[in-house]
Amino acid sequence: MCLGIPGEVIEFLPDQPDLARVNVSGVRRVINIGLLSDDPPQPGEWVLIHVGFALSKIDENEAAAALEFLEGIGQAYDDELAALAESRIE
Amino acid sequence: MTADQQSAGWVQEALRIHEQAQAEESATHERRGSPQPAAGTVREDLVLERIDRARRSRPRVKEERITMSHGAGGKATQTLIEAIFLNEFRNPLLEPLEDAARLRIGGARIALTTDSYVVSPLFFPGGDIGDLAVNGTVNDLATSGAVPRFLSAGFILEEGFPVEALNRIVASMRAAAGAAGVQVVTGDTKVVERGKADGCYINTAGVGVIEHDLDLGVAKARPGDAVIVSGPIGDHGVTIMLARGELDIEADVTSDTAPLGGLVAGLLAATPGVRALRDATRGGVATILNEIAKAANVGVLVSENDIPVRDEVRGAAELLGIDPMYVACEGRLVAVVDGAAAGDALAALRAQPLGEQAAVIGQITADPPGIVQLKTAFGGTRIVDLLVGDPLPRIC
Amino acid sequence: MRFVDEFRDADKAHALSAKITALCEPGRQYKLMEVCGGHTHTIYKHGLEDYLPEQITLVHGPGCPVCVIPMGRVDDAMALAAEPDVIMTSFGDMMRVPGSKGSFFDAKAHGTDIRMVYSPLDSLKIARKNPDKRVVFMAIGFETTAPSTAMTVLRAAAEGLTNFSIFCNHVTIIPAIKAILDSPDLRLDGFLGPGHVSTVIGCRPYEFIARDYGKPVVVAGFEPLDILQSIYMLMLQLAEGRSEIENQYSRVVPWDGNLVALKAIGQTMELRPYFEWRGLGFISHSALKVAEPYAQFDAERLFSVPGVRVADPKACQCGEVLKGVLKPWECKVFGTACTPETPIGTCMVSPEGACAAYYNYGRLTRQRVKEASRS
Repeated sequence: MCLGIPGEVIEFLPDQPDLARVNVSGVRRVINIGLLSDDPPQPGEWVLIHVGFALSKIDENEAAAALEFLEGIGQAYDDELAALAESRIE
Repeated sequence: MTADQQSAGWVQEALRIHEQAQAEESATHERRGSPQPAAGTVREDLVLERIDRARRSRPRVKEERITMSHGAGGKATQTLIEAIFLNEFRNPLLEPLEDAARLRIGGARIALTTDSYVVSPLFFPGGDIGDLAVNGTVNDLATSGAVPRFLSAGFILEEGFPVEALNRIVASMRAAAGAAGVQVVTGDTKVVERGKADGCYINTAGVGVIEHDLDLGVAKARPGDAVIVSGPIGDHGVTIMLARGELDIEADVTSDTAPLGGLVAGLLAATPGVRALRDATRGGVATILNEIAKAANVGVLVSENDIPVRDEVRGAAELLGIDPMYVACEGRLVAVVDGAAAGDALAALRAQPLGEQAAVIGQITADPPGIVQLKTAFGGTRIVDLLVGDPLPRIC
Repeated sequence: MRFVDEFRDADKAHALSAKITALCEPGRQYKLMEVCGGHTHTIYKHGLEDYLPEQITLVHGPGCPVCVIPMGRVDDAMALAAEPDVIMTSFGDMMRVPGSKGSFFDAKAHGTDIRMVYSPLDSLKIARKNPDKRVVFMAIGFETTAPSTAMTVLRAAAEGLTNFSIFCNHVTIIPAIKAILDSPDLRLDGFLGPGHVSTVIGCRPYEFIARDYGKPVVVAGFEPLDILQSIYMLMLQLAEGRSEIENQYSRVVPWDGNLVALKAIGQTMELRPYFEWRGLGFISHSALKVAEPYAQFDAERLFSVPGVRVADPKACQCGEVLKGVLKPWECKVFGTACTPETPIGTCMVSPEGACAAYYNYGRLTRQRVKEASRS
């Protein structure tokens, strides 16, 4: 139930309000954005694509927050490793 | 709720065979006086052992009818070849089951290969069935270490096929043959009724001359050898999938169909340490790695970070849920070379345009024998097994 | 690839792994269930278990909507495909699922017109292009996929198509999770919640798990770092004695779900009173069928489907594997009578099934663990 892939909205299709062209790593596909009719994605925004439909918008702020958390963990880990390397008991 | 209940016949059959095997196994245990397996870790080892035995057991085709899996280049194809063709035709020249047979006629060493081309669509970005027919045959000869010389070309044409299309295909073949340095010296033509042959099928045979003393073969791989690929993988298969037009995906991918004779010659001239060469066609690089592991009874360990894949191929594969490792190429070779010779081999490949992005993707290990492992970009490890059939797009 | 590569960074994985290990109580074993087939796939594809301490076991849940379709329903689908003038369309996942007389793949070999599609919209296209044929779409999937099927039915209705219908086998995740929670022989400490189902149903439906069963849930994304971070969040909850619903996949999952999607499902489909799940038996209100106003798109009403029930073979222990009671290799028929080429039960049927995943990817874990403990 799971294969969803992030893609960037490039443009809407003229005369077809439900359809948009997306870009996934250089590959372009027309998908249906009807499930996001409450808050349609604009060109430049990212969506989660599943079986030819956009299921959800990717919230860039949340993504940034998630990455920040991971960076933080990484930094704390590096710091700890450094501290471990520097500390001596004798 | 329905009143009827049935069981699946094939399940009962499989269980019966399994119970029989278990009974035999217990009897063996008793005869040898060995203890029955206890629960826990020992049980898992036993199960894994049993799987390994089953994998290595005599191949049998269980299906009643041919399915598309049998043509995908994976496990089903291998089983079909071994259980039916090898079984009937068995002889020492056929048994290596390499891409070409190596024959001695008079004093000369000759390589002989045959191929059939049934691709649909016939024309796609980067080439057409004619290009594939020439390059594919040439490549089977080249990877056997032979200099490709002569081709035959048999055409099976569908009633109603446009002559203009045939002209284009044959023109492609002429150009490809010229580029590869081979001549088409004999052929055949058949026409079948409308509805058969998908427009045009081409069958080829190729003959080449082996001019060196090397005994190349996947069975020659040894622990410590390096595994090299001559360029980005998966281009051809993804191009064909997209070109079929059913998936509504546009991307700038083109088939990588190309003759590998030049690359092979450069490689063999640069170092005597080449153990095996294969061109990665249907079934992809993963299939070749498994063939090496099985034939030489060695382990193959490759690193995801080191395998070249174009961004668009990766994007399309992610979108479809398929793995580029299993996707066909038509102009890439996989080479197994002595670890010490890897540097020279890589330099030789990169010196030519076709091999610009050649890379060492992994190495041969002693353990675990017969198994291909992938070190993921993420740092974990997983097994790269033979596919049962075609890589099917998944949604889940 | 953006929003993908950043979440596959190996260095951050080591950091998370250290933090997860630090949260393990000495001597305590943890069993965490990842419900979703996609999570199982990621775990094996990226070798994630190498990053987890031995104290943590990941249990693969019933999150493969293809695997849980009983043989009888597969037979029904094959019967539909065999009807004259029918073009059956299906996702790739379904092609190799065996019924009592073979799979779609086998039927294709016998000449049945079965075509693989990537989207239900492709199926509509085939219907438009073939007005003289009746096109049936094999609708499978959890709530992730149901909205897409629903939108396709709505579109078919808007276009007035008369030769398109769906064979609806959509199943819902909550009843399955509840069935697992209610098993007497179960011991789970927490759940990695399904990521993409949650984009549709939101996070609220899981609240009963924390409230009534006291188990923590973290809705998890599908990249390896997402899963590691989610495991970290679960372990933190356990260490702090909390049981809450948390959303790690917040960049994609809205807490309230997707209202438009839920409305589309509500309009075109309704819950079946009960449905049989391969390996789990009958579960009430766990599957969807086409609603009355859209009857002309319901293959079950348009055609007469055999509806014969095929019992799970007695030797099949999928139920216990699905509930996390048995590991794949502990099933008596794993790897011998039941293999990826000849899958008997749901767990081996699809590559994400716990047994298929273990067979294909995890065989060496034991050896590596042994070697690691020796060195």
